[in-house]
Amino acid sequence: MKIEREEASAARISARTALIMVLFTLAFTTLMAWVYVSTKGAIEASDAEEKLRLIGEVLPPDAYDNALLKDSVEIAAAPELGMTHPSRAYRARKAGKPVALVIEAAAPDGYSGKIELILAVRVDGEAASVSAVRVTGHRETPGLGDYIDPKKDRNKQQPWIDQFAGAGLAKQWRVKKDGGPFAQRAGATISARAVTQAVGRALQFAADNQKRLFAEP
Amino acid sequence: MRYRDIIWNGLWKQNSGLVQLLGMCPLLAMSNSVVNAAGLGLATVAVMALSNFAVAILRGLIPFEIRIPVFILIIAALVTIVDLAMKAWMHPLYLVLGIFIPLIVTNCIVLARIEAFAAKNPPAAAALDGAMMGLGLTLVLVVLGAVRELIGTGALFAGIDMIFPGGRALQILPADYPGFLTVILPPGAFFVLGCLIALRNWFAARASRNERPDAAAVSAAA
Repeated sequence: MKIEREEASAARISARTALIMVLFTLAFTTLMAWVYVSTKGAIEASDAEEKLRLIGEVLPPDAYDNALLKDSVEIAAAPELGMTHPSRAYRARKAGKPVALVIEAAAPDGYSGKIELILAVRVDGEAASVSAVRVTGHRETPGLGDYIDPKKDRNKQQPWIDQFAGAGLAKQWRVKKDGGPFAQRAGATISARAVTQAVGRALQFAADNQKRLFAEP
Repeated sequence: MRYRDIIWNGLWKQNSGLVQLLGMCPLLAMSNSVVNAAGLGLATVAVMALSNFAVAILRGLIPFEIRIPVFILIIAALVTIVDLAMKAWMHPLYLVLGIFIPLIVTNCIVLARIEAFAAKNPPAAAALDGAMMGLGLTLVLVVLGAVRELIGTGALFAGIDMIFPGGRALQILPADYPGFLTVILPPGAFFVLGCLIALRNWFAARASRNERPDAAAVSAAA
């Protein structure tokens, strides 16, 4: 009898404890869901603002007059861009004429993994050329290979990444160590080589595909 | 008096970085520069004060047997909420601190203070304890970050412009200082932390030599 009663009360305690756990989970999940819903709009707005600011670093805002974030096309995962998933290309136009393509690219062969890039390719000149490049994500060694990101570059007057501005397909897209025209910094050639070659490939891709990309709806 | 004890415990006597050694994961990962260290530290202060406060309010409702899962649930929910709120309304700061926020969940000190303090104390004291423990960790992080950044790169406050636009890194050592990579990489964190712990122990030992009767009374009370 006694054992039975103990078993019954153990079952009751378990059920009660489980119920409390469920209630806590429900309460906090509801709280998180409510915060998620009420911050969603603000987060999307600040993401868009951040995206425009980032694009502004590679393409001056006065170079185009269309609503850039709304004028985009999807690019399927392109090995030329080093992308393993589809990305978006933003089409900058002025007075309806194509000005530049803002595309994402990745260098798969950084010193410690993938280096993610955003770059703008001007298509309004005689030949396609790079407007500017920024690193959006990397895991290169702090203090050694991370100069590819101008925020970490110790040379603030002439950041390393600025040497790509204006470069076209006529250039050999190699670092000086490999016989090309682009500088690298001592001790971290791999990071510079990866970025340089990735930018070259992305420029080639943009030049080859600009007509198709701008023609798409 | 009690509040003074809580503050003293958090900042020095039970300092989470140097005495309890409970914040190791983020401490070692994020202390390679002053700005990173201060960012992670301040986010930890906010989460610890909030989670201690929440647990102290709910402490009568939490059955003893399932307290740990409930604590984890509360910490994870609060970290998520802080993460979302910062992303929505403090976006520039989020871009700097964003990657650190989820890391706070991995910080054992948050759970440790809930278990050791907030589950048994009233909300105001618990919130103060959380904030002071977090602040103690922040101070260690900042000192660690400053030493590592200075020895590693010769400068201080790199990346300050992400928090205060227009701020500039301070070049302390000559510009041709070659840098010392080991100190920036994780092993450097262990070396510098070891030195800091030794320094703290030396101070504590000297203090207890100077006022032995008093120190004995304090440790008996603890």
